[in-house]
Amino acid sequence: MTGRALDFLGTACRYGSTKGVVFLEVIKLNSQLSPFKPMTRNLLLAFLLAASVFQANAATALNASGATFPAPMYLRWASDFHKATPDITVNYQGVGSGAGIKQFTDGITDFGASDVAMSDAEIAKVNGNVLMLPATAGTIVLAYNIPGVQGGLKLSRTAYIGILLGTIKSWNDPAIVKENDGITLPNLPITVVARSDGSGTTAVFTTHLDAISPEFTSTVGSGKSVTWPVGVAGKGNDGVTALIKQTPGAIGYVEFGYAENNKLTMASLQNKAGNFIAPTIESGAATLASVKLPENLRAFITDPEGANDYPIATLTWLLVRKTYTDANKAAAVKAFVTYGLTTGQSIAPQLGYITLPANVVTQIQIALATVK
Amino acid sequence: MACFLASILIITLLAFIIGEILVNAWPAMSKFGLGFISGIQWSPNRGVFGVLPVLIGTAASSFLALLLALPLGLAIAIFLSEDFFPIPVRQVIRFVVETLAAIPSVVYGLWGIFVVIPLVQQYGAVLASKFGFIPFLSGPAYGNSLLTASLVLALMVLPTITAISRSSLVAVPYSLREGSYALGATRWETILRVIIPTAAPGIVASAILGFGRAMGETMAVAMLIGNSQRLSWSLLSPSNTLSALLANQFAEADGIQVSALMYAAGVLVMLTLGVNIAGEAVLRRTKKATAGLG
Repeated sequence: MTGRALDFLGTACRYGSTKGVVFLEVIKLNSQLSPFKPMTRNLLLAFLLAASVFQANAATALNASGATFPAPMYLRWASDFHKATPDITVNYQGVGSGAGIKQFTDGITDFGASDVAMSDAEIAKVNGNVLMLPATAGTIVLAYNIPGVQGGLKLSRTAYIGILLGTIKSWNDPAIVKENDGITLPNLPITVVARSDGSGTTAVFTTHLDAISPEFTSTVGSGKSVTWPVGVAGKGNDGVTALIKQTPGAIGYVEFGYAENNKLTMASLQNKAGNFIAPTIESGAATLASVKLPENLRAFITDPEGANDYPIATLTWLLVRKTYTDANKAAAVKAFVTYGLTTGQSIAPQLGYITLPANVVTQIQIALATVK
Repeated sequence: MACFLASILIITLLAFIIGEILVNAWPAMSKFGLGFISGIQWSPNRGVFGVLPVLIGTAASSFLALLLALPLGLAIAIFLSEDFFPIPVRQVIRFVVETLAAIPSVVYGLWGIFVVIPLVQQYGAVLASKFGFIPFLSGPAYGNSLLTASLVLALMVLPTITAISRSSLVAVPYSLREGSYALGATRWETILRVIIPTAAPGIVASAILGFGRAMGETMAVAMLIGNSQRLSWSLLSPSNTLSALLANQFAEADGIQVSALMYAAGVLVMLTLGVNIAGEAVLRRTKKATAGLG
C-alpha cells in the first residue's frame, strides 16, 4: 500500500507541474487511483491539488475573500484575468461579507469584498489603510411561488411591508388584489421566507424596508441578522431559493442573479415615485445611474427616487489597502481591479449584475491610482 | 500507562474546549446574565439575545423524537432478540436498522426536504383545519416545522435505541427465561414481566443516548426546522434548536453576537452534560434494583 502511494506521489508532482489542466487530470487520476481506499484516494488528490497551488504561487498570487453575492462574477473575473495575465493568480473565496472584512482586517487576505461598506469603527481597526471600491451592483428581488400565477404580480409598498410584518396573511388580501387586475389570487396562506444566517443581502433588504416604513423600523429594524415576525428561514441564497420553490404560497428575498438562474418568478415593486418596476438589468441600471458617489465611494441606496428606478439595489465593494508592503502585490491588485472595472464590467449583465456607469468607473479609477 | 495518559489527554481536551467556550462567552455572560436563558427575543441587529424559544425548540424536538423512536426501537429490539424468526431474517433486519446510523446527517436532511416536508405540508394543513383548536396543532401549518424535524430525528436515533436495547435484551441470562417458563408463564408474559424489567438499565441508557444524539444533531435539523426564534405552541410552526442556531449564525457573526453564540454553545454543553448525569443516576438506581439477578 505504502509503496503504491509513494509511486503515486511521484506522478502527482509531475502532474502538478503542468498547471492549468489540473482538473482534467484529476478526473483521469481518479480512475487511476481506484485501487486505493476512498480515504487514501482523497488524501492523495488533496496533495495533488496542494502541489498545483504551490506551482501557481511561483508568480504573484493574490488571496481574497468576502461576499458571496458577487462571488460568481469575481470568480469569472479571476479566471479570465488569469488567462490574459498568466503570471497573476487571484484566489477568491466567497465566505460572506462579515468574514471577508474580518480576514482583510487580520491581514489574511490581500483584498476583501463586502456587500456592506465598512463602518467607521471597522476602518479604524485597519488604521484607515483601506479603500472601498465599488465593483459591481445588484438588486434584491421578492420571489414568490403562487400556484396558478406565472408572473406579473405587483406589490405596493403597503402590500410588501404588510406581508413581511405578518399583517397581510393571505394572497387574496384586498391590499394585494387591488393592484393586480387580471390575476386571480388564491385564498392561500402566505409563507415568508427569510435568511437564517447573517448576510449582506438581509442588510441591504432591511435597510430599504427600514427607510420606507416606521413600523418596520420599530418591529424589525435593519441589519445582517434580524428577527422576522413571521415565516421560515433558510441558509444562504440557495436555502431561501429551495424553500420558495418547495412551499406553495411562499415569498422570499434573494439576489436578482440567483433568482434568474433558478427561474424564480419575481414581483414588481412600487418605487418611491409610485411606479411598479419589474426587476431587470435595465431597471437596476436606472437605479444605479441616479446614485451620486461621495468622496469615500461609500453610498447607500436606501430608496431611489427616479421614476423608473427599481427600489432595492446595492453597490458591492472590493476592499483594497492604500499601501501594500509588497510592491508586486500592489501592482497585481491594481491590475486585477482595473481589469474588473473595464473588461469585467461587460461580463456583469450575463451573470445578473449591473454594469457600473462610466462616470462612476472613472471616479473609482482615480481612487485606485493612489494605491501604492 | 499509555491508557492512563490517553484518558488524561481526553479530559484535558474536554476541559480546554469548555474553558475556551466560557472565555469567549464571558462578555455576553456578564452583560446578559441569566436573562439570556429566559429572554424570548433573539435580534442580533439590536443587540438583544435571549435563547428561551431555542431552548424549548431543542428540548421539544428531541423529546418528541424520543417519544416516537423509543416504542418503535424497543419493539424492533424485542423482535430481534427473541426467536420469532430464523436467525438469517433477523440478521438482515438488524443490518438494515444499523445501516441507518451510517447515513450522513445531510442525507437525512435532503430526504426530509423531499419526502417528509411535502407530507407534513399536506397532512399538517388538514390537521390544523380539523384540530386547530388544540394549541399543539394550531395553524398555519408549515412544511418546515418542529414536527418535520422531530420525525426525521426519530429515524436518526432509532438505530442507537435499537442496538443498545437489543444487546441488553440479549444479555438477559437464559436461566431467567427458563425459570419463568417453568413457572408456567407464556412467552409474552416472560418478555414483558421478566426480560424487559431485567434489561431496563440498558433500555434507559439507549433512550438517554438517543436523546443526546437528537439534541446535538445539527445539519438535518437546520435544513428542516424552519430556523425561527419565535415562541409557539404548535408542532406545525417553525422552530429552532441551539445547534442549528450556531450552525446558521456563526459564520457571519461579529462582536457581542459571537460571544452570545458562545454562551448558547455553553448552555448546550451544560444541557448535554445534565442529561448524561441524570441518565447515569437512573442507570445506577435501576442497576441496584436488579442486582443479583441471574
